[in-house]
Amino acid sequence: MADFDITSKTIDGIGPHGTKVGLLRVLGPTHVWALGVGIVLVGEYMGWNFAVGKGGAYAALIACWFAGILYTCVAMIDSEVTSTVAAAGGQYTQAKHIVGPLMAFNVGLYLTFAYTMLEAGNAITAGYLISVVATMSGYTGALDQRPFIILSILFLAWLNYRGVLATLTFNLVITAIAFVAIIVLFLATTGIFGHSIMMHKELMSGAAALPYGWIGVLAAMHFGLWFYLGIEGTTQAAEEVRSPARSLPFGTMAGIMTLLIAATLTWYVCVGVLPWEFLGDGVNGSVAPLFDTARLSGSTGLIWLLGIGTLFATLASANGCINDASRAWFSMGRDKYLPGWFGAVHPKYRTPYRSIIFLVPIALLFALKAPLDQVITFSILSGLLTYTFMPLNIIMFRKKWPMGSIKRGYEHPFHPVPAYVQLFLCAVTFFAVFLGYGTQLVAMIGFYIVVSLWFHFWRYRFVNRGAQFTMPWPKPKGY
Amino acid sequence: MQTWDYIGYLAWALSAAFGLYLVVDWIRTDTTYSEDVLTSSREGELEAMTEERKG
Repeated sequence: MADFDITSKTIDGIGPHGTKVGLLRVLGPTHVWALGVGIVLVGEYMGWNFAVGKGGAYAALIACWFAGILYTCVAMIDSEVTSTVAAAGGQYTQAKHIVGPLMAFNVGLYLTFAYTMLEAGNAITAGYLISVVATMSGYTGALDQRPFIILSILFLAWLNYRGVLATLTFNLVITAIAFVAIIVLFLATTGIFGHSIMMHKELMSGAAALPYGWIGVLAAMHFGLWFYLGIEGTTQAAEEVRSPARSLPFGTMAGIMTLLIAATLTWYVCVGVLPWEFLGDGVNGSVAPLFDTARLSGSTGLIWLLGIGTLFATLASANGCINDASRAWFSMGRDKYLPGWFGAVHPKYRTPYRSIIFLVPIALLFALKAPLDQVITFSILSGLLTYTFMPLNIIMFRKKWPMGSIKRGYEHPFHPVPAYVQLFLCAVTFFAVFLGYGTQLVAMIGFYIVVSLWFHFWRYRFVNRGAQFTMPWPKPKGY
Repeated sequence: MQTWDYIGYLAWALSAAFGLYLVVDWIRTDTTYSEDVLTSSREGELEAMTEERKG
């Protein structure tokens, strides 16, 4: 058995505390941006339009902006906490340090499930997109999508296994192309360059304005989350960025600004071309609204660009999800919340390789055996539980370690207003989800109660109770 | 047989290759290095060092 010690006080991130092989600090703010926006941008290409089906075009816009407020709060709170608790695991690690072990265990599971389910959903979508390309290129019959679904997951797992720098540089390139494609579509179809094909007045007046009234607006909030779901994933890069205090807030805030622009442009071009009844039916109507808008433009160049953008956005999301789910799982293993075996780092590639491999068959199982809407709903609900935890987390963080008591990379303004706004919007969204997916919501809450009991009565005895608290902070106020 | 059927077979082959790589490298790594080295990662190293320098 070979053994070696790369411990060095001169190598950044490899400290004098026993780490022989740790995650590699090689990322910059652009990679953080690529991770956050990469996971989310697929929501602009498909999925958000279910909000139109719930309440019409205006309802989708209201949901888009209120969800935008929710996620701006998420980004602000995340930026403060994670630039201070700069370790892999993101919100799991935050919960561990600030709230307690049971909360941390639950948040770790929320994160792993949210990202693994989203990865499975993206792989299903990639398989579907390739079958559409096959049909458009003259293939007759039903293409077997399974090899493409499996290839998507295994290729991206391989990329993640081989190193974080290549993984997120790949994400940076394909996410940037997907984002530019939305800008080009907006410029080309709204009359800024060339003639406008927009028909907002005709498509959004009369009964089409708010077809189900204000309850439709409320119901649309569920799918309004699609525009931004996953931006909180930037925190998982905390242990691999060169300068957490600078890169994490910068990358996260730039990410939410990018998404607010992309979401608004997406809504504008799609509702201006596609009737709400067609746009709002994401199964039998418009599966990929931006691509459908490009097709209606009649431009072959736009059709290709948005087709490539849709595929790239899907792959970028799956790629970022593998990165984030494996970091959350790895961190839980490292602290013995799960078997310590998962806390291993590859000595050459410096990635959490066992966690990456372990989650591959789970993603494959859901991608090949579970229906897309159920997979996505489970992902959204797990994400929503994370967002509900975050306001409570920041309130406790500020109380236990008031301003000035520890060094923060970023201090978000107007505290506690963002926390209360986020909590309120989460409550509204839970109600919206309950309207459409009440059974799944209850089933999922039941699942987390059962695993919490398992953790409390069995698993907690194995946790590294003292060693898990690594931050060199003073004792919390009041303790 | 159409072109897309061949592309499907290629996707199966590539999937098998990536999967095989992952499993082979995983086993090779686990048998080459000690568990003590592989699981030696500790969180918060950067912060600890920063605090020590300040102190």
